[in-house]
Amino acid sequence: MPIDLPNAESLLARLIEQIRPDVTPRTALVGIHTGGAWLAERLHRSLGIQASLGTIDVSFYRDDYGSKGLHAKPQRSDIPFDVENADIIIVDDVLYTGRTTRAALNELFDYGRPARVDLAVLCDRHGRELPISARYCAHTLDEPLAASRILRLSQDATGTLSLRLIDA
Amino acid sequence: MRNPQLNSHGELQHLLSLDGLPKGILTAILDTAAPFTEVAEREVKKLPLLRGKSVFNLFFENSTRTRTTFEIAAKRLSADVINLNVSTSSTKKGETLLDTVDNLCAMHADMFVVRHESSGAPYLIADHLHATGRNHIHVVNAGDGRHAHPTQGLLDMYTIRHFKHEFHNLIVVVVGDVLHSRVARSQLAALTTLGVPEVRVVGPKTLLPTDVERLGVRVCPTMEEGLRGADVVMMLRLQNERMNGALLPSPQEYFKVWGLTPAKLALAKDDAIVMHPGPMNRGVEIDSAVADGGQAVILPQVTFGIAVRMAVMSMLAGS
Repeated sequence: MPIDLPNAESLLARLIEQIRPDVTPRTALVGIHTGGAWLAERLHRSLGIQASLGTIDVSFYRDDYGSKGLHAKPQRSDIPFDVENADIIIVDDVLYTGRTTRAALNELFDYGRPARVDLAVLCDRHGRELPISARYCAHTLDEPLAASRILRLSQDATGTLSLRLIDA
Repeated sequence: MRNPQLNSHGELQHLLSLDGLPKGILTAILDTAAPFTEVAEREVKKLPLLRGKSVFNLFFENSTRTRTTFEIAAKRLSADVINLNVSTSSTKKGETLLDTVDNLCAMHADMFVVRHESSGAPYLIADHLHATGRNHIHVVNAGDGRHAHPTQGLLDMYTIRHFKHEFHNLIVVVVGDVLHSRVARSQLAALTTLGVPEVRVVGPKTLLPTDVERLGVRVCPTMEEGLRGADVVMMLRLQNERMNGALLPSPQEYFKVWGLTPAKLALAKDDAIVMHPGPMNRGVEIDSAVADGGQAVILPQVTFGIAVRMAVMSMLAGS
């Protein structure tokens, strides 16, 4: 069944306005590869965040490693600020089961003890399997998507973001 | 014929040799190793990938450095590591290799890291595991006889790629005792698979295999010819026991002709890197001025070695 996907650039604008009132000098952003890293870069610029931008690839922390093995080409995680006592916002494109967020939290705590961690996502597609929710969420789908469908952010050559639905 | 290193999905099942390993797998290991280098810079230098797994370091031949780097790699992946110095234990009492393996399987081993003085011993173990249906147990060859030392070859390739970025435009020279070196055999296999257009070997005739050209490398009769214009100089360790045989005159004589000095290194490209698998014999195969000089990347090799071994173990355990 075809569904209307919202415009990712408009959602990003909404997300920026949701986060803006809470930004302090202690706020730091960490984007999850790959879609979350694109979003975090845009948020970092628009919100004038002082701390350098962090990115993480959660491949080494996934709970399905035992059954699925390693992701084909894991990226290097890069946390260029001091995690100890920072107010961190984890940024991801789509919130689904919550397992990616859990993996990101585990990885983050191996760098230190943050004062606070929040989650910002562009789109919530329902289907949570863990007690995780996003403090900042630009859009929630009206209906849950079938498990066979993958909702993913893509970026074109000009840097414009869009949401895509792929049938696995 | 079944490639004993790959499972039915074409994934790495055991790492036994770089010879016969497809380029795609070699490159995947190097790509996977890159993010592991960052783990050492964290507050908690550990990843959960091998949590609950038991890695047995099965060393039938002594080696402190290789065993230690495997141990560190496995521990950084949260595995339980059991070191067995088998040369001083059960085999002395007459137990066969495969009986030892069966016993350790009964202790629920998930991975064996094997060093053995006989070429092919890790293959024997891998075949035995396959024949007995224990395909969830993985074998890593940590050096067998004169045959192969694949993780050393891989960390050397990682080091070259780190400093030179590409393989397709390089002149690489391997210097020394190629004949007895499992390191050299693994290096030559990887260099040719990864597409290095010119691979040279240099060394005394008595220490070069007679059919070395069949491996696709060029034999150079002198250091001057071998080093001229090279991008990467890979020194091999001269094993002391070779000195006692009839193959070589004396360490001093060897150094005079085949030792890497600053004057000889000057024949290579200005930005050439110098590598050595360790442990070094200063004043035999390499001059201290070169070993401690700005072109040596010998210590980065050791650091990269841990990341490469983490990559190999996590790819195996996840296959």
